[in-house]
Amino acid sequence: MTFKAKFAGALLATVMSTTALSGAFAADDTIKIGVLHSLSGTMAISETTLKDVMLMLVEEQNKKGGVLGKKLEAVVVDPASDWPLFAEKARQLISQDKVAAVFGCWTSSSRKSVLPVFEELNSILFYPVQYEGEESSRNIFYTGAAPNQQAIPAVDYLAESEGVQRWVLAGTDYVYPQTTNKILKAYLMSKGVAESDIMVNYTPFGHSDWQTIVSDIKKFGSAGKKTAVVSTINGDANVPFYKELGNQGIKAEDIPVVAFSVGEEELAGLDTKPLVGHLAAWNYFQSVDAEVNADFIKEWKAFTKNDKRVTNDPMEAAYIGFSAWVKAVEAAGTTDTDKVLDSIIGVSVPNLSGGTSTVMPNHHITKPVLIGEIQADGQFEIVQETPAVVGDEWSDYLPDSKNLISDWRKPMSCGNFNVASGKCGGKGS
Amino acid sequence: MTLKSLLQAFLACLILSFAAPSFAQSDPRPLIDALAKADFNEAEKLLGQIAASGDARVVPALNAFAEGDLYFRKSDNLVFIAKTAGSGFELIDPLTGTSAGQAAKNAVTKIKVNNNLRRVIRSAMGGLTLLSPDRAVRLQAADAVLRSPSPENLDLVEAALAKETDKEVKARMEEARAVSVLSSDRSIDEKRAAIETIKNLGGRNSLGILNSVSGSIDAGLKGDLDAAIAAIESEQQLWDMAQNVWYGLSLGSVLLLAAIGLAITFGVMGIINMAHGEMVMLGAYSTFVVQDVIRDNAPNLFDWSLAIALPVAFLVTGAVGLVIERGVIRFLYGRPLETLLATWGVSLILQQTIRSIFGPTNQEVGNPSWMSGSFPVGGMTITWNRMWIILFSMSIFVALLVLLKKSAFGLNMRAVTQNRRMASSMGIRTPWVDAFTFALGSGIAGIAGVALSQIDNVSPNLGQSYIIDSFMVVVFGGVGNLWGTLVGALSLGVLNKFLEPSVGAVLGKILVLVLIILFIQKRPRGLFALKGRAVEA
Repeated sequence: MTFKAKFAGALLATVMSTTALSGAFAADDTIKIGVLHSLSGTMAISETTLKDVMLMLVEEQNKKGGVLGKKLEAVVVDPASDWPLFAEKARQLISQDKVAAVFGCWTSSSRKSVLPVFEELNSILFYPVQYEGEESSRNIFYTGAAPNQQAIPAVDYLAESEGVQRWVLAGTDYVYPQTTNKILKAYLMSKGVAESDIMVNYTPFGHSDWQTIVSDIKKFGSAGKKTAVVSTINGDANVPFYKELGNQGIKAEDIPVVAFSVGEEELAGLDTKPLVGHLAAWNYFQSVDAEVNADFIKEWKAFTKNDKRVTNDPMEAAYIGFSAWVKAVEAAGTTDTDKVLDSIIGVSVPNLSGGTSTVMPNHHITKPVLIGEIQADGQFEIVQETPAVVGDEWSDYLPDSKNLISDWRKPMSCGNFNVASGKCGGKGS
Repeated sequence: MTLKSLLQAFLACLILSFAAPSFAQSDPRPLIDALAKADFNEAEKLLGQIAASGDARVVPALNAFAEGDLYFRKSDNLVFIAKTAGSGFELIDPLTGTSAGQAAKNAVTKIKVNNNLRRVIRSAMGGLTLLSPDRAVRLQAADAVLRSPSPENLDLVEAALAKETDKEVKARMEEARAVSVLSSDRSIDEKRAAIETIKNLGGRNSLGILNSVSGSIDAGLKGDLDAAIAAIESEQQLWDMAQNVWYGLSLGSVLLLAAIGLAITFGVMGIINMAHGEMVMLGAYSTFVVQDVIRDNAPNLFDWSLAIALPVAFLVTGAVGLVIERGVIRFLYGRPLETLLATWGVSLILQQTIRSIFGPTNQEVGNPSWMSGSFPVGGMTITWNRMWIILFSMSIFVALLVLLKKSAFGLNMRAVTQNRRMASSMGIRTPWVDAFTFALGSGIAGIAGVALSQIDNVSPNLGQSYIIDSFMVVVFGGVGNLWGTLVGALSLGVLNKFLEPSVGAVLGKILVLVLIILFIQKRPRGLFALKGRAVEA
């Protein structure tokens, strides 16, 4: 029955899209935006949710009358977790579909793959996921957390309130964990932590046999100093990792684990009773006690027609990016890329944790850092909230990037200005 | 401001209780009620005072606090233990345990707890429950003190020790006393005895305790301490070896589970079946559906969910396998390249179908109680789920071996694979034997999925992560030989686990692949190559 209805719906949609293509007259009344998230392949698990969020935001905006008096239309493409395909699909969205802006990408690899396309064709990408920093592009807005908006405050919290002196930096073997751990290691050592008190461990993607590593962590933790694990383990590998922790009896009171890639979505596939007290650091949790958040959750559950669906941090980042774009377009009075790029800097929009987020000249945003402890119901209890922090694209703790800043306002208009040499063009793009 | 006045009230209370010893215990209620408005630091101080009261009546309240069940009523800031009842809460008095009526969800606020407070509570509970009449509670209390030693608990432990009669509890309390002595300011002789006790106790926890005091211990004891640490470490090293072998066997059994279905479809039938991983995935999803139905209809059967899921998964994946063989593969016998492409396509179709039906996110498959947790064997920890999986994969292996060697169907199967034309002229309906052999291999992959759902993600991508490993095991072990698959899986598992601690998981995996490539160069037919006529067939 429902399947039949879905099928009929899909058929109808196909018919409608073909008619829309043939009828060019409709194009003037709508503004198109691109949604570039994997709907199949390994990353579909995370990215499909963001596609749904974008569709919901577009629908809501259209109910409010659209933008500049025109209706918004989301153009959804599926890059299928294939990095080169991201670049191809981005090109298609910009050149063929003529979208005004694109919301998308999840992994850093996919972002790096589309970056040259956006710069070449001069379009705008809103990137909604926490990432490793060390990048700033004229055409990309990073609404997820930079390392100083997530990793460093989390480490500070553990050191201060739990008295942690020994650190395990465990991550999946790719660019985000590697860079984050490099920054964290430099940061910890600058705080006087000895190198022998830091253990760095990498595992392959989708690692499922955590027995050895968990027992190594136990071993590392029996040196008489309070130990914690800082986990940059990628989404999917977390479930077996936490299961092994629970089964081997590592309690949060003994060795807490703070994770940067585990949110409400990831915990939805997990029995969280043995994990109570392990931590995560984000800029948003579903459990945030704010009216705007309660409305958002209600809307989301209504939109997905599923009472069990959870909200998470990248969804908030997508929400902020979308609101900022709408506000900037309305201020500029046009969707022209250059004008929007000028008008969006300094735009402040409400975020879901009850405050506001401002788009900064370095194309990152301000937002508070929240530390939460996992609860038995799969939600987080917020144990610390900082005031809003400005995203720092070039880490101050890495020798390569500590002299670099980024400011896309005129006249500087530079993503990698070297304050030591006074020249634009240090490292990266 | 109000907090200050509250604090003054407690101070007054405390002073009163000291001044008037005839009131053996002060009323801990104001301390508990003060938790309502305390931040984490203040709560820690309050907990210290509650624990110092030595009043065992606070135990349920502390327990509830650690579990996050402690709430305060917004109207009067009184603290209660709250249990969910319908759409609201039932409030229970924290000290007397009597009901204090119902409250709506928004009329009460949860008192926040963090790891640090949980630690403090655990230690305090240990001290408070040492004298409990229940033997199990006393044992637990001694364990709690053992895990979070503090000099404050020393008097309590000694008092309890004097009264204790149970041998096992007494031994545990001796150990708890020893760790508390180490961090106290007792005499050197007492500490020396304590070090000896902890050394005999052994294990990682003891090592941690000894290491933690090594900076602050009296100079005269440094030698004893270092000797004790060295003794535990050398003992631990042996156990680490044993633990590594166990981990290797456990990884090997997972590989065996994943590969054993493929040993039939690829090994025996010679079909390059890229959809094998998806059969495992379908088995895991069958488990999810079975558990979902059980949760909704008969929650008390939950511990049996895996046993119920086994035949369901076997039938579902077996049927899917049958359809694939009849619909696709039978047209492609003798054309391995096309088979590879076709089954790969089938695997994509299956993945996306599951994604459309269940969504792309992970599904929660619960562990029955008998598969959770672990038990110690000497200095190593064995987790129940891994142990059951080893036993399970071995029994599947034996069952399959018996089926192949002893049953009529097994005889037909072997006859067809060894000499198809001869078998056909003996009256065996070879197409149906092919179909059911493929269905059997798929069904076994489904059963493996039931077990793997207990240790891995249940997502549409589940199968992909096993397909490479499965082929690796079958090729390494020798195509067409079940024993080869067993030995191949276990030796790859152990090899992997011995490489992992020294070179890391990433490099370890690469090294294993390189070794296999070299091995296949040398012996292209794997560990146990089939000999004789079967090779040419």
